[in-house]
Amino acid sequence: MKLEKLETRYIPRTEPLFSGVGWAALGAFALVTLVILPLLYLLPAPDSPLHISAYTITLAGKILCYCIVAMAMNLIWGYTGILSLGHGVFFALGGYAFGMYLMRQIGREGQYQSDLPDFMVFLDWKAFPWFWTGSEHFLWSALLVILIPGVLALVFGFFAFRSRIKGVYFSIITQAMTFAFMLLFFRNDTGFGGNNGFTDFKRVLGFPITAPSTRAVIFAITALALIGVVFLTRFLIRSKVGRILTAIRDSESRLMFSGYNPLGYKLFVWTLSAVLCGIAGALYVPQVGIINPSEMSPANSIEIAVWVAVGGRGTLIGPLLGAGVVNGAKSYFTQTFPEYWLFFLGLLFILVTLFMPRGVIGLVSAIRRERK
Amino acid sequence: MSAVTEETSVSGSTSGLSHVFKSGVDLTHGPILYLDDITVSFDGFKALNKLTLTVEAGELRCVIGPNGAGKTTMMDVITGKTRPDEGSAFFGQTIDLTRLTEPEIAHAGIGRKFQKPTVFENHSVFENLELAMKTDKRVWASVRARLGAEQLDRIRETLELIKLHGEADLLAGLLSHGQKQWLEIGMLLMQEPRLLLLDEPVAGMTDEETERTAELFKSLAGERSVVVVEHDMEFIDSIASVVTVLHEGAVLAEGTMDAVKNDERVIEVYLGR
Repeated sequence: MKLEKLETRYIPRTEPLFSGVGWAALGAFALVTLVILPLLYLLPAPDSPLHISAYTITLAGKILCYCIVAMAMNLIWGYTGILSLGHGVFFALGGYAFGMYLMRQIGREGQYQSDLPDFMVFLDWKAFPWFWTGSEHFLWSALLVILIPGVLALVFGFFAFRSRIKGVYFSIITQAMTFAFMLLFFRNDTGFGGNNGFTDFKRVLGFPITAPSTRAVIFAITALALIGVVFLTRFLIRSKVGRILTAIRDSESRLMFSGYNPLGYKLFVWTLSAVLCGIAGALYVPQVGIINPSEMSPANSIEIAVWVAVGGRGTLIGPLLGAGVVNGAKSYFTQTFPEYWLFFLGLLFILVTLFMPRGVIGLVSAIRRERK
Repeated sequence: MSAVTEETSVSGSTSGLSHVFKSGVDLTHGPILYLDDITVSFDGFKALNKLTLTVEAGELRCVIGPNGAGKTTMMDVITGKTRPDEGSAFFGQTIDLTRLTEPEIAHAGIGRKFQKPTVFENHSVFENLELAMKTDKRVWASVRARLGAEQLDRIRETLELIKLHGEADLLAGLLSHGQKQWLEIGMLLMQEPRLLLLDEPVAGMTDEETERTAELFKSLAGERSVVVVEHDMEFIDSIASVVTVLHEGAVLAEGTMDAVKNDERVIEVYLGR
């Protein structure tokens, strides 16, 4: 909040939602992701130099999903100072919730030509378990994408925050949570396809899932969702709630003795963050074509934290940059030198922690200040 | 002392004690703070040992005592940070402090300044005061909160009172130590508390700042009650009406500064045998 000093009164000058540069960047991003990339994928002939392959558009869509996850992580870690090492579980649960719908859309085109998904036939199940009820309806599944991560986060968060579990202890129990969920989902009896998870999707809302037009539309929806998350984050951070969240990060006890109960604020931002991850997961699954319990592995959740740290936590675009750069590097490294990727990731994390505590964004602003 | 009751609106109480708030702080019998037989032990060490202390409404009270006498633990008990093992703590006649959380106690009307100045360093001075201001502090109210003209005036008045109107837009982390102390006091005032607990409020201040702080506290007493923990004897001399000396978790002596200074036991504790 900026202040204008008048004769007798300080009037807070409300900051604009975005600066001129910010609006321009957002506009450019929207133009590229909503128009240019989908058109370049759909229109030019496959041998044209302008053509974008299905692989590239899927990779770009995947990275946009990761960007949403990074923004969600930034809300809870960057602004509120609570490091979650279990965000992968919310992402995966959103993916599974939507994956159930995609499995139902296969119909009888599976290997065994049954109404049941192949893995259920394989287990000799005769009917859908109760929790698959209604999963053939798109809207119900869309609701589950929000409800399942949301309710899990609300319940988990309530007990953790009420018991005032903080710092590294909180990080550890979130890590344990995602590990427990991974083990649960690896079991065939859980009813989500065991270690193979869900795959071989055919359709979404009746449209063939691998058709270029379907891919292009899902990609554009993902980009829209990301833009929505950017707006939401900016709106929240600019409001009084944003100032309270950063106050929790910087001095929680001062805030409590000022009469705020941090529990409500933490639960709010934690649950919001989980729901955003769930939505990202639901957008990820139809593009990548598979969801399995490895998405819940502890390393995945740690990687999310690395993206945010690399980009710059507590900044609006840092996490986007981080998710983009790290995942771009990942797809390059895993193709070129697959065995060195994890070493590179570890090295990156150490270097960033040691020399760039505020990430790429912090580095850029430091260089700018030097020049002045 | 005339009967004083005040309507204090308290929101978000989850303790099932909301009925005690309806009448606000009940001062019908005079005292604003009763501590009775409070005992707090940490691993067998008794930080407070049957501490009994009463502060009258409108009083300015100083608490002194050597290191480890239990001054900060006493503040922790009053503000809900530490639960006593035994004894009772009441704010006015009806509000049981041992059963409320920190935010509930802050809402009920007790403001606390920490020993080390604690402000929100990444927020501007203005925003620090805005956050502290008495208002509905629940989540949805904060999502929709906008500052009205009246609230802006209150912030401006406080900025002038704590002499930080020139620094309103500055990050609080960039203030000097003394300025941070003043900002924290300003934040307490924004909460409109009935009782202020001030832990070493003049540490790190220049002589001139200390003098001005003494003036400020004297002007606050009467309308509000103030409890000051301080080591600076000169400062206490300049403000105090009644001084309480703590030693090993209990009250050693209580009275005017002169009486306390000449008390045999106090001299023994402070100067050694």
